Amino acid sequence: MADAGKDALYQQRIAIYPRSVKGRFRNFKWAVLGLAYSVYFLLPWLRWERNVGPDQAVLFDITGRKFYVFNLVAHSQDLLWLVGFLLIAALLLFFVTGIAGRVFCGYFCFQTLWTDLYLLIERLVQGDRVARIRLDRSPWNANKLLRKAGTHILWLAVAFWTGLTFTLYWDNAPQLLVKWFTGSAPFAAYATTLFLTATTYVMAGLAREQVCTYMCPYARFQSAMFDADTRIVAYDEARGEGAQARHKINRELKSREQRRQQGVGDCIDCGFCVQVCPTGIDIRDGLQVQCISCALCIDACDAIMDSLGWERGLIRYTSETESEGRKSPVWRPKTIAYGLVLLIAIAGLVWSVSSQAPLEVAVVQVRQPLFVRLSDGRVQNSYELHLANKTDEAIELAIMMHGLAGAELDVGNFDALQLAPQHSLRVLARVRWRTKHREKGSRGFFLDVIPQQRRDIGMISAPATFYMPGGDR
Amino acid sequence: MNQTKGKTGSAVQTTGHAWDGDIQEFNNPLPGWWLWSFYATVAFAIVYWVFYPAWPVADSYTKGVMNTITFVDGEGNEKTTHWNTRSLLLKDMQEGKMAVLSHEYMNKVAAARYSEILADAEMMAFTRSMAKGIFGDNCAPCHGAGGAGVIGLFPNLADDDWLWGGGVEDIETTVRDGHFGFMPAYSETFSEAQLDDIANYVLSLSGQPVDAAASARGKTIFQTNEGGCYYCHTPAATGLKSQGAANLTDQIWTIADVNGAADLETKKERVKQVISNGVERRMPGWSDRLSPAQIKLLTVYVHELGGGQ
Repeated sequence: MADAGKDALYQQRIAIYPRSVKGRFRNFKWAVLGLAYSVYFLLPWLRWERNVGPDQAVLFDITGRKFYVFNLVAHSQDLLWLVGFLLIAALLLFFVTGIAGRVFCGYFCFQTLWTDLYLLIERLVQGDRVARIRLDRSPWNANKLLRKAGTHILWLAVAFWTGLTFTLYWDNAPQLLVKWFTGSAPFAAYATTLFLTATTYVMAGLAREQVCTYMCPYARFQSAMFDADTRIVAYDEARGEGAQARHKINRELKSREQRRQQGVGDCIDCGFCVQVCPTGIDIRDGLQVQCISCALCIDACDAIMDSLGWERGLIRYTSETESEGRKSPVWRPKTIAYGLVLLIAIAGLVWSVSSQAPLEVAVVQVRQPLFVRLSDGRVQNSYELHLANKTDEAIELAIMMHGLAGAELDVGNFDALQLAPQHSLRVLARVRWRTKHREKGSRGFFLDVIPQQRRDIGMISAPATFYMPGGDR
Repeated sequence: MNQTKGKTGSAVQTTGHAWDGDIQEFNNPLPGWWLWSFYATVAFAIVYWVFYPAWPVADSYTKGVMNTITFVDGEGNEKTTHWNTRSLLLKDMQEGKMAVLSHEYMNKVAAARYSEILADAEMMAFTRSMAKGIFGDNCAPCHGAGGAGVIGLFPNLADDDWLWGGGVEDIETTVRDGHFGFMPAYSETFSEAQLDDIANYVLSLSGQPVDAAASARGKTIFQTNEGGCYYCHTPAATGLKSQGAANLTDQIWTIADVNGAADLETKKERVKQVISNGVERRMPGWSDRLSPAQIKLLTVYVHELGGGQ
């Protein structure tokens, strides 16, 4: 192969061996990870009492076209809620980024969470940074093989369970699990599980920070939301470098007084902040596109400052304005605008979900043929009524019409139209009407769907159109 | 390997070959990930050749090993073939989740009586969606997708007039056994004047403003053995269902397009044409092509189209 120098088409990845660190941000990250994993891995197993439907709290039933989320049952007609939810997610991202920078990347993104878990596994099996570097450089032997293979097997196990868990959201979890391992699950279940196993393993185990640097579009367009007041993880250059430059601690440069006199800053160039960085950058070079704002370098530097007895904050959350000594307001036109739009979107979705119609009616005109002349000279139009009962109890319906004087409505010979709970039904309705001589065009009227015995559901008048042949006779 | 200057000015490897003294070839190797992806596709292809039909050999082809499909063919025999998408589809149509559900419901409907189906909204909804496909495959070429037919050729199934009877039993007989609709041609029997008189009478039956004297003359021909029309159309002119004779008293015209004519003269002309040329229409029986269950669904569907009797 060609030389991997500057003529290579792709930059060679420089291996990163992040060192473990303890501190408040690390603790917060573990807490977020614990919470997120508890929800993700346990939610499909949570049982839920329902009058009708599966006893699973969260289940996305594709074949039944129903989406169960606790007490909410979303039907396929409610697809706009998904749009609303995604819109809110995007706006929340904009809003939070405008206020606090890339906190999503650093704490909540699944790429970060799974990479954290994979790093933990790597550390438990192969040891911390120095041990891992040594292991990689050592020739292949039983120990290296065992540790490397162990890491990858554990990674694959996590990846598999991640993929399988995702699949469990789409069917009854305990049943699907048994079917999965007995070979009787649907093809889609195997495909989904194996695809997600592969992507989890590759993204969190092998690609890691390259996903954030090269693949993630969000990392790129976040710069559009950044301004001088956005919170970023930054190195206090004035304090760290002093008049001269940073310098390691030695006999002449031990106390802060000595360093001040020599014009040397507080940074002792220990490199801890670089070693802990999961994306392998040096935060002291300033804000970089690779930085995911995970704040582990803050934990690292704080630990060093604490041990030296100097005050914390050489690396800290700040903004460009703040680092110049001025105040950064949280509420700026941009964040206020994001916040307002976000509130509107949330209000809209909450309103839409809470006012879900218990009974939905759609009238579809039969267009082939649009109208039929009957033997007694009347004209007949047919309509297919799509009725959906979104409640947990049966609804008895009567169908009537108004707005077309003297017309006759025929919905077939049913004594009563029973609409089972969480069920939909299509009914053919025929309207016969004696049109005036040579009248043509169309006339609007209403088909009334009237729930019987259910006072909580109102009558629905669905608009419909009656078409006339005109001309002939 | 030799080094030379590339366009960018940096050193680029060459293959070391030289033609005509100084023509050299750059060596720009493919990126590693690309090459390995390519090797992976090669490996995939080799595995594929083993398990799936792949290579043509003389007038046959390699069929793949350990990869068979077992399904039930049209005659009800269990068949095992090598993997192919046609058998895969057949198997899915028989054993797929939706296919099984649909068969189950179809058997339920097939076992029910007509009166039960017609009184059950669920079964009606199923019948409508299932029979729409059967109707589209078998009936729509003549009767049209919505059953509206073609005036003069194929009866309209969406109206409430039934040449052969509109009860479910009548419709089932029609679908199963087919029909031969026939009316003799009278061009040799009647004179032009007589044809005109009969046309006047026929039009008067459905309330058209015709010449009363001509209509009276036409009535005599119609109702006596002179014309003999009443044999099939009955004295009341409502038509004999057993003969498929049209009801001449209603507003529906299946052969002569009276409703579509602008004036009385045209209407008369069209009726006269039918009387002089006669009618010969044939609908095939479907018992050898459709199963009893399919015919049952189709019967309910057609009954529902126009509001059957």
